Amino acid sequence: MLSVSDLTKVFGGFTAVSNIAFEVKEGEILGLIGPNGSGKSTTFNLISGALAPTRGSIRFGGEDIAGLPANRIAHRGIARTFQIPRPFRRLSILDNVALAAFYGHAEHPAREKAYAYAREVLKLVNLPSDPAARVDGLGAAGLKKLELARALATGPKLLLADESLGGLDESEMNQAADMLAAIRKERGITIIWVEHIMGVLMRVVDRCIVLDYGEVIAEGRPDEVAHDPKVIEVYLGTDAADVQKTVADRAT
Amino acid sequence: MKWAALVVLALAPLAGMGNYPLHLLIMCLLWGFVYTSWAIMGRLGMVSLGHGAFLGIGAYVVVLLWNHAGISPWLGTPIALVLTAVVAFVIGYPCFRFKIVGHYFALVTLALTEVARLVIVALRDQTGGSLGATPNTALADSAWSLGALQFSSKLIWFYIILVAWLAGLWIWGRVDRSMTRLALEAISQEEDAAASVGMNVTRLKLGVTLLSALMTCFGGVLYAQYQLYVNPETVSGIGISLQIVFGAIVGGMFVRLGPTVGAAITLLLAEVLRLAIGHDVHGLDTTIYGLMLVLFIIFMPKGILGAILEALEKRRAAKTAAATA
Repeated sequence: MLSVSDLTKVFGGFTAVSNIAFEVKEGEILGLIGPNGSGKSTTFNLISGALAPTRGSIRFGGEDIAGLPANRIAHRGIARTFQIPRPFRRLSILDNVALAAFYGHAEHPAREKAYAYAREVLKLVNLPSDPAARVDGLGAAGLKKLELARALATGPKLLLADESLGGLDESEMNQAADMLAAIRKERGITIIWVEHIMGVLMRVVDRCIVLDYGEVIAEGRPDEVAHDPKVIEVYLGTDAADVQKTVADRAT
Repeated sequence: MKWAALVVLALAPLAGMGNYPLHLLIMCLLWGFVYTSWAIMGRLGMVSLGHGAFLGIGAYVVVLLWNHAGISPWLGTPIALVLTAVVAFVIGYPCFRFKIVGHYFALVTLALTEVARLVIVALRDQTGGSLGATPNTALADSAWSLGALQFSSKLIWFYIILVAWLAGLWIWGRVDRSMTRLALEAISQEEDAAASVGMNVTRLKLGVTLLSALMTCFGGVLYAQYQLYVNPETVSGIGISLQIVFGAIVGGMFVRLGPTVGAAITLLLAEVLRLAIGHDVHGLDTTIYGLMLVLFIIFMPKGILGAILEALEKRRAAKTAAATA
């Protein structure tokens, strides 16, 4: 469904992403992991059109979308969330999501339809769809849900979930992971999931790609990646045993 | 209530208003229209200091075409509108495309308005330079000329400008209820997130900018034809651009009648100070005027009408809360 090859982004003299290549199959959840500054978010920004690549191609559904503006990529069916939530703070929660439902489709639906769809999505993520509900009242977990709801409201085929779950407690993290799994299962949406904390991600993803210094250093099933010596060296370190245990638990 | 107030306003001049009060009323409505036009984009996070340019194009293009080519304002107005659209596009497109927002956008547009003023001054052979220009009169042997859009009767102007002002408020209402307004609010808060959910940021911003600029240009046409005199300082340049911004903010740019209230207050304040203080101490009236504007903006960021409506809303909410408790 998505095929990235030779993708490179240079900022001045700094190469944030270098010759990345990977594929995403329809219906899978792909984990994109790596230490801070390894190029995960840049990769997302390139795919979603927030940044234009220096070089390389991004093919989505057979067409090259590299360098298209963000709004056109959204219309093609790729939605994203932001690592640090970026809600429209002075609008209601419902308006936040309804705007995505309205503008997220190249042919803008009728306004009532957009609002009806927004309510449906808000219900899915357990947020209030009451027009009086403001963004101000939301905590870290609520803002994450709003990011997700807004992305889903555009009706994506592919969801880029930039989920730094660091600010959440363990049960909230698991909830978020379960929600992504449910979205894939119920809506058939393909997901690329970026995460710093590997344990929770490993429970849900089908496949992982590990980035380091802007390059892909490993790729494979969670159990393979968790035992990859290179991944353990640059990234997992002393957490390796925990992550391996999570993956093993999942198998049983 | 709303309609009753409108009827009173529409009939007021018929009740034998003096020429001077009628002039003030016309000016309140005319500037109310211009400030409303500005606030349509200003309230959405696009603070333009360049509206003097659009006002100047409207005022000067029509007068110059009439004086030098004998082209009627009825044809001159669409020409001025097209020219305004071109200028608004040329300045707006690069700003929006390259994400020039906030203070930088204000500075770019500030430069635009100065360019407009300097061009008018520089082309003094055609425009009359700093001395201004007067449209050739068509009122030599009649009280009015529809073709030249000149009327000696203030009453006619009152109704023309009343209609323009009402149209401005109607447009404000249409924009206010649209998805576009919500989208532009979203864009003003989180531009990247707005683009990521499919909004064409450049196009949405350009759309509202064009609307605002065209309305302002039309205000310039009306101003020139009503006053029958244009001057680079009064229809373009930094002074008038700041006056528009201050007026709209003082009145309250987030509420429909706010810019009009701002126009009325700033205009009447300036007049009262001028009459009360006179010219004994040169510049004292304008100094006090400036100080009062600063105080209003600091202590009433939502504007006078905005603050009043908010206080009323709070009282009503407290009352219903007390009633249900």
